[in-house]
Amino acid sequence: MVEKDMQKTENVSATERIRNVKTFVPRVDIYENKDSLFLLADMPGVDEKSVDIELEKNVLTITGRVEDGRMKDATMMYSEYEIGDYERVFTLSEEIDHNKIVATVKNGVLRLELPKAEKVKPKKIAIKAA
Amino acid sequence: MFNPSLWRVRRFSDTLPEMLQLQREMNRLFSNVGQKSPQDYPAVNIWEKDGNAVITAELPGIDPEKMDISVLGDTVTLSGMALQETFTQGETYLRQERGIGSFKRNIQLPFQVNAQAVEARYEKGILMITLPRNKEDLPKKIKVQ
Repeated sequence: MVEKDMQKTENVSATERIRNVKTFVPRVDIYENKDSLFLLADMPGVDEKSVDIELEKNVLTITGRVEDGRMKDATMMYSEYEIGDYERVFTLSEEIDHNKIVATVKNGVLRLELPKAEKVKPKKIAIKAA
Repeated sequence: MFNPSLWRVRRFSDTLPEMLQLQREMNRLFSNVGQKSPQDYPAVNIWEKDGNAVITAELPGIDPEKMDISVLGDTVTLSGMALQETFTQGETYLRQERGIGSFKRNIQLPFQVNAQAVEARYEKGILMITLPRNKEDLPKKIKVQ
């Protein structure tokens, strides 16, 4: 593993944001079974209110807003990580049923269940004898 | 040619252990480059509030029951285990980036900690530990007579 994997990766996206905070790329695990695709993203500091999931066509966008990490009446003595929002975009190869997406956030981990859409069944074309 | 200063130079064989030691040190230094060390996880921020130390760490997806925080003297030890997904048949990882397995980290503070009064909270994947200073370790005021 590369050392940078240990730390949060800063998002170097082309779009500029209005909020003057850093954005990070959340680390994700993706796995699938025959019915759905599961996505787990490490987003410490977000809860169900501050996370936003958008699926447009096959582009899945995850954003998480994190409250200002500064502590009141406290002085920072030592810092190893920075606090910022999260953003990551995925392109899905398979058709996902948009209405059946289930998202939960627990202990700073976002869990998405993306059920695969019922595929259009291949039609059988009967060939008539000429 | 027989400059006296030449005799001050030690024979090569004498310096050999040191050379080897140096070589080992250099190898160690470079072999660690690009390798993640479990000692660096989790990343912590340390704050000072009213004379207490507050440690915050980003630990997403940890079972709070399995998290272990212990204090000994001036050292805090954090250890725990990341929750793992259990796969049923037919499920496979397409992408695996999140850390899995256990971690352990020791953090030394510049003062003795009052172990009885340590408080820890785990919220939204962020661990926050408040470590008060031991009374005996507080600076004492000395009156000038």
